Amino acid sequence: MATRDEIVDQIAGFALFADLTTPQLERIAHIFEEEVYPEGARVLRQGLSGSAFHVILDGEAAVVIDGQQRATLARGDFFGEVSILLGEPPGADIVASRPLRCLVLAGPQVQPVLLDNPPLMYRMLQAQARRLRNANRWRS
Amino acid sequence: MAQLTGPADGPGASPGERPYPPGSYPLVVVGSGPGGIQMSYALRQLGIDHALLSADPSPGGMFRRWPFFQRLLSWTKPYAPVDRGGRAYERYDWNSLLADDPDHRAIMPTLMDGSSYFPSRPEMEQNIATFAARTGTVARYECRWTATRREDDSDEPTFILETTDGEYRATAVVFAVGVAQPFSPPTPGIELAAHYADTRPAETYADRRVFIMGKQNSGFELATGLLPWARRIYLASPSPAKLSVNTRSLVGVRARYVQPFEDHVLGGGVSVLDASIGGIERLADGGFVVNARPSDGGEDLTIEVDEVISATGFVTPLLDLPDLGVTTFGQARLPAQTPYWESASLPGIYFAGTIGQGSAGLKKHGLPANSGAVHGARYNARCLALHIARKRLGRAIQTPALEPDHMVDLVLAELATAPELWHQRAYLSRVISLDPEVGPRDEGIVPLAAFVDGQGDDGQADALALTLEADGTGAIYPVLYLRRDGNVEERPIDPDPLLRFDTADVRKQVGSILAELGR
Repeated sequence: MATRDEIVDQIAGFALFADLTTPQLERIAHIFEEEVYPEGARVLRQGLSGSAFHVILDGEAAVVIDGQQRATLARGDFFGEVSILLGEPPGADIVASRPLRCLVLAGPQVQPVLLDNPPLMYRMLQAQARRLRNANRWRS
Repeated sequence: MAQLTGPADGPGASPGERPYPPGSYPLVVVGSGPGGIQMSYALRQLGIDHALLSADPSPGGMFRRWPFFQRLLSWTKPYAPVDRGGRAYERYDWNSLLADDPDHRAIMPTLMDGSSYFPSRPEMEQNIATFAARTGTVARYECRWTATRREDDSDEPTFILETTDGEYRATAVVFAVGVAQPFSPPTPGIELAAHYADTRPAETYADRRVFIMGKQNSGFELATGLLPWARRIYLASPSPAKLSVNTRSLVGVRARYVQPFEDHVLGGGVSVLDASIGGIERLADGGFVVNARPSDGGEDLTIEVDEVISATGFVTPLLDLPDLGVTTFGQARLPAQTPYWESASLPGIYFAGTIGQGSAGLKKHGLPANSGAVHGARYNARCLALHIARKRLGRAIQTPALEPDHMVDLVLAELATAPELWHQRAYLSRVISLDPEVGPRDEGIVPLAAFVDGQGDDGQADALALTLEADGTGAIYPVLYLRRDGNVEERPIDPDPLLRFDTADVRKQVGSILAELGR
C-alpha cells in the first residue's frame, strides 16, 4: 500500500505521465484508484464489456489472446485503453503473472481525463504509434 | 436457493454468563456491526459452530457512533411498490438484515419515526440490536482482539487470536471490523487539524471559519451540518467532487449532501476548491493558515480559518494481519481479496461487512458493488457462509433441481425482483448449472467474478448466470452470461424505462438466449 504522495513520486518517473506538473500528478493520483491482483488473477477479460484503463505500478502481467500468451507487461506499462477508446470489449485477457499493483481509471473517466491532460494524451498516442510500428514490423 | 436445514444450537448464553469463552473453534468471527451479526446469523442457519467476538459493549458497530450528524445515507422505504417482509421488499429496504424467519425480516421500517426515509443513527443501532435479540445472535462483547499469531504445525495453519479475555484458536477467521480507523494524510501541520471522528457539536462552530479537507461524503456531510452555524466553509481536495446524481451511481457525494455545492456555485459563503493542501500553520491569534495549491496550476492560495477538519477517510483496523501476510491496497488499506472474500495472500482469513469492498469484482464501467454498505454486504455474508460450509468445512449441499420448462419463468422472476441482483449489480449473479448428466440445477447466488473465471462453487459445467448491470448512463439492464465449454459470453438484454424485466419482450429475448444453450 502506497500513500498518494508515494504514488505521485512513482508515476512521475513513468513515460506516460512525464510531461505533467506536480499539481496535475497529484490530481491524477487522486482520480485513479489503486488495485492489487494476486498472481494468476484475470485483470481484463477477453470479450467482456465494461473494463478499465490500468497503469502498472509494480509486478508483471501477461497478454493472453485465445489462450496464447502474446506479450508481457511490466512497471510503467499500461493497458485497457484500446477497448475503451473503441467502445469494444477487450481483445485479450490480461493476467497477473506476478502479484500486480495498478492504478486504475474507470472506462467512462478515460475521455475526460485525456481531454483535461493533453500531455498525457500525447504520450499515450506516442505509445500507440510505437505499438503500431512494432506490429507492422512483425508482420512485414 | 441452496440452503442447509435447521439452525445449530446457540452458544448457550444463560443470564449472567458470557458466551464463547476462549478456546478452539472451527471458525471465529470478529465484529458486531451489521457485517459480523449478519455473518454469525448466516453461519448459524447453516449449522456452523463458531465464536462471535466484539470489542464493543453491544451490537451496532460504527452505527453506535456515526454518522456524525446522526442520519444515514441508506434508505428504507416503509411503503414500497411491493409488500413489506418479502424477498422483493429488500430492494427498497437497504438497512434490515436478512433472515429466514419472516418474523425476523424487515425490522428497520418498524423502528422509523416517519420523519425521513433515511433512518437516524439511533434507529439503525436499534435495528441491529433488535435483529440480534430476535434471532438469538449473541456475541462475546467487550472482548477485544489485540494480536494474531499463526501456527503451521499441521497441514492447515491455525490462527491464534489474542484477546482481552484470552486466546482463541481457529483454522479460519472472518474479520468484520469495519473501515473505521480515522486516517489523515501526511500533510505538514496535519496534527493541527481535527479528524472527522473528533468533530465537536455543530453549535460550537457558530460564526467560525471552517476548512474541511476532503470532498467525499464525510466532508460534504460536515459542510451540510455546519451550514447553519459556520461563517465560512472551505472544502478542498485535488480532484473535482463527484456527485452521485452525475455518476448515476453511489459513486460520489450523495444527493442529500449537495447543498454546500449549490451554496458554492451561488456564491453564498461556501468555497469548493480543487486543490491539494501544502500545509497548515498556526497563527498567533489561535487561528490557522491553510496553504492550498490549485490543481489547475493557478497561484497558491493562503486561507485563514478558525478550524481545520480532516475528512480524509478511514482505514481498515487490521492490527498485525499485514505482518502475517495480508496484502492491503488503496488509501483505506483494504485487504486484497478473492471473489469469495478470502485474503488473496493469506488463505483462511476472510472478511465480511464493509471490508468486503476489497473484493472488487468486475467493477464494470467503473461502477463498484455496494459491498461497502449494508445492502450489499448482507448478501455477501450469506454467500460467504455457504462458501465456508462447502469449501472449508466440506459440507455437501444439495442444490435444487429445476424443471426445464420453468427455466424462463425463473429467469424472469429473478431479473424482476431478486434483491441480490438489484443491489450487487455485475457483482452477484444467480447461477443455473446445465450439466446434461444431471439436468438444470439452481446453484444459488455466486460472485460473478468467480463465475466468469470458472472459480465459483457452482463448478465449471455449462451454466447460465443472471445479473443486473448499469453502465453509468442511468440505464439498468439484465445481462445473461453463458458458459459453454469453459468459455463465457455475455448477452445484455434491452433496458426498460420502467425497469420491468418480466415482460413478454424480455421473455422472448431470454427464450432465444436459452435456445443458444439448447434449452
